[in-house]
Amino acid sequence: MAERKVESLRDAYGKALLELGERDPHLVVLDADLSGSTRTAMFGGRFPERFFNVGVMEPTMMTMAAGLALSGRTVFASTFAIFAAGQAYNMVRQSICYNRANVKIVATHGGLLVGGDGGTHQMLEDISLMRGLPGMTVVVPADAPTTRSATFAITEFDGPAYVRLTRENLPTVTDGTFVVGRANELRGGADLTLVAVGALVARALEVAEELHRVGVEARVLDFASVKPFDEKALLKAARETGAILTLEEHSVLTGVGSMVAAATSENYPVPVRRIGVPDVFGESGEPWGLLDRFGLSKERVLEEAWDLLKMRGKVQ
Amino acid sequence: MVLAVSSEKLAELAETARLVRQDIIRMTYAAGSGHPGGSLSCTDLLVALVFAEMRLDPTQPNWADRDRLVLSKGHAAPALYSVLARRGFLSTDELTTLRRTGSRLQGHVDRQKLPGVEASTGCLGQGIGMAVGMALDDRIAHRASRVYAVLGDGECQAGPTWEALMAAGHYGLDNLLVILDRNGYETDGATEDLMGIEPIADKFRAFRFETHAIDGHDLPAVLQAFDQARATKGRPTALVATTVKGKGVSFMEHKFAWHGKAPNKDEAERALAELGGHL
Repeated sequence: MAERKVESLRDAYGKALLELGERDPHLVVLDADLSGSTRTAMFGGRFPERFFNVGVMEPTMMTMAAGLALSGRTVFASTFAIFAAGQAYNMVRQSICYNRANVKIVATHGGLLVGGDGGTHQMLEDISLMRGLPGMTVVVPADAPTTRSATFAITEFDGPAYVRLTRENLPTVTDGTFVVGRANELRGGADLTLVAVGALVARALEVAEELHRVGVEARVLDFASVKPFDEKALLKAARETGAILTLEEHSVLTGVGSMVAAATSENYPVPVRRIGVPDVFGESGEPWGLLDRFGLSKERVLEEAWDLLKMRGKVQ
Repeated sequence: MVLAVSSEKLAELAETARLVRQDIIRMTYAAGSGHPGGSLSCTDLLVALVFAEMRLDPTQPNWADRDRLVLSKGHAAPALYSVLARRGFLSTDELTTLRRTGSRLQGHVDRQKLPGVEASTGCLGQGIGMAVGMALDDRIAHRASRVYAVLGDGECQAGPTWEALMAAGHYGLDNLLVILDRNGYETDGATEDLMGIEPIADKFRAFRFETHAIDGHDLPAVLQAFDQARATKGRPTALVATTVKGKGVSFMEHKFAWHGKAPNKDEAERALAELGGHL
């Protein structure tokens, strides 16, 4: 496989925010003492009168964001995923979603790839918490170009959104096409489908490449738009490939894999295997090594893929 | 300071408050549940705000230059619904649909259902933050509007209330007025027995608020405090309004049992008789 460009999703977000700030003079950005890490500081430097760094008060950052949005503004609020979806959950629920406030939460540092900070800061439950909220759009970009296009796309509707970004720089695997509610097919194939989000999309492509070498063609679907969920693309894949493997850097109990399992079993049951973080908290470590340690290694994914292919009689 | 309100106007406000208290009893009786105690305690404050202080237009509830009211203690919904109805935002006939299936009058106020409600609240500790956001919006839009937030005293035990007050003080939001409905009781008893919030006025001051203690049922005092708040520049104002939980109904006054319990028929009739009305 050709070397891919590796880029920062957070930088892509910061730059997109700057452009949005130029375009919309009413756009406001909030952060909670992590503006360097989330890259909202770039916006803050350019538009200080429209930037509020509130310190360590994530719950109130969310209620303030709601108040600003209820006055007619598009508001971005950024912090780490653990604080956005965890610390401030009920504020996101009532002040933002129940009010249908036009607040776009862009949370960085989702998942295991936070690395050294350890289990306290590795948010593995945010996709489930956020997708459970009525009216919430949930996006998990796989790379910098999708981060950029998603940041723009979520300003095109009036209502709340949650975007989960990864701290680590990630290989660029898409052309940046992003449409809310649509999955992107990054690779065609009829033997098996790999559904992935975020950092695990690159791993899915890597595995698909390995399978190709032995004559197995795996379809790869990037479900960056977790909610609305592209059930049509999923069921088409179920019909055409007969087996689905899901990959995510999130609790396997409640993430995208469980959405895939539910949608297929209700509409077109095919074997589904879910790969995610088991029902445990994360821990400190070298970011990419943690993926291996928690069962998301390339070898494990290949093993599960092979199992599914055997089950379908596609390999011996 | 000389009060610019006539005695006729004061009498009118007192009469409106009496009718609102009747509504609260009828609504909670009809619903069979709800929060009469904390609705009756903030009635005079809400009447003073909506009928004498705030710039509002019931025919244009989304008028850009209106003042905004956030009822942080969203369980006092009956009081706000009645005040909005009597101000012309909805029909008083609709009031007894409170808490019924399909009603716009949710158990806790819902802005998406009822025009005139600025922010949906109910889970405590969130209203001040939304009010701070609105006040910041007015500031960056160079709008002369003011934002009013009515805070419960039980809610002063919630951490995010203090986050938001800290933010209001930090930004020096002189277009924000926070009114504490200090009725002394929460669901399970007296605030000072459960988790004491005193000295509450000192806490507001420490959070950079211009702070005044008033009697929350003394309409001239309330209106004067509003005037004073409007004249205060560079920092937000907090009014610690001492009130009586269940105010106006003798057997509900100072009784935390009436925080979240509706009157039965006999109790509703007795309450209404005291308020000069009937079922």
